[in-house]
Amino acid sequence: MKRAECIAMLYPELDEKLVVTIMGACAQELYDLGHRENFFYLQHAMGLASSVGLGLAMHLPKERVVVLDGDGSVLMNLGTLATMARYRPKNLVHVIFDNGSLLSTGGFDSHTTSGITDLAAIAKGAGLEHVRAVDSVMEFGEAVIEAFARNDLSVIVARVVAVGPNHYGMDLHLPENAFRFKRWIGGRT
Amino acid sequence: MTVSPDNSKVIYQGLKAAGITSLSALPETWLGLLLHLAEKDPNVTLVQVCKEEEAIGIAAGAYFAGRKHVLLMQNHGFLAAINGIVSLAQLYTIPLCMLVALRGHWGEPYPWHTRGGIVTEDVLRALGIPFEYARDPKTVGRQIAEAYTFSQSSLSPVALLLTRDLMED
Repeated sequence: MKRAECIAMLYPELDEKLVVTIMGACAQELYDLGHRENFFYLQHAMGLASSVGLGLAMHLPKERVVVLDGDGSVLMNLGTLATMARYRPKNLVHVIFDNGSLLSTGGFDSHTTSGITDLAAIAKGAGLEHVRAVDSVMEFGEAVIEAFARNDLSVIVARVVAVGPNHYGMDLHLPENAFRFKRWIGGRT
Repeated sequence: MTVSPDNSKVIYQGLKAAGITSLSALPETWLGLLLHLAEKDPNVTLVQVCKEEEAIGIAAGAYFAGRKHVLLMQNHGFLAAINGIVSLAQLYTIPLCMLVALRGHWGEPYPWHTRGGIVTEDVLRALGIPFEYARDPKTVGRQIAEAYTFSQSSLSPVALLLTRDLMED
């Protein structure tokens, strides 16, 4: 399955949720479906999208937070899984798109290629109770519904093919994204 | 040499007086007593991280959430967090108020701290991060409040360097 198909399936569920994405293809595919003020695209600082999501979830217990992460980014910040497990905010869903590739930086194999490193097993070992690995769009949809209904910290590792958009660019400056994202949250609380 | 319980309390009171309700930290010796105070405080959210760069993301989340957050770290942790500081905080103009234990500086007996201590000030300057030294318990509370205010008005990381004079008895 493709990450873009998963994001398209998820998109209608994201109206009222705080969404943090990693850089590159993942950010672009969400943006191309239509930017919303509650989306924050972390176009650099690889690994920290999940930390931003954890910070949001812990400080805004009434909001739902979704992180759209990738294998390369998670591998850069494996400690984040242990920190999440320790604090276990109920309102956080951590989606890891595992394409086994550093696609946005040239398509080099990541350590998850050919099943060498198992991110779902690492997440479980870090102490995360609700971890589901999925291979099809149907399963992804089920896992998402399950995670939102569960009302507990959930991780979905979605194995996707290493393809991305054929273009990059947003009509949104990076600080502008931060200002508007903060303002949207401020308007809610 | 032991960590000063009195001055640790003064610093914690300074954080409370500045209205800080959220802290991130990686435990280190000089910050230990401060963190014990935070752990016992029901009105403060304390997030312990595995590595200091994580705390930059946590701090950004707290900022977006409208919570008053301070990062506690050793200077070596600051060095470990640089990409997050540059490519999250500075790139997106997200303020960070960092209290940094300045190990490896004047009076340092431990060789392993010295290299990090020697380069800390130059790295802060290279990154354009405003900083002050906190040496005196009589003024540290005010310095914390001023550091926080300046981080918010400048939308920038700022660092208050906690020195040996302040942290050890």
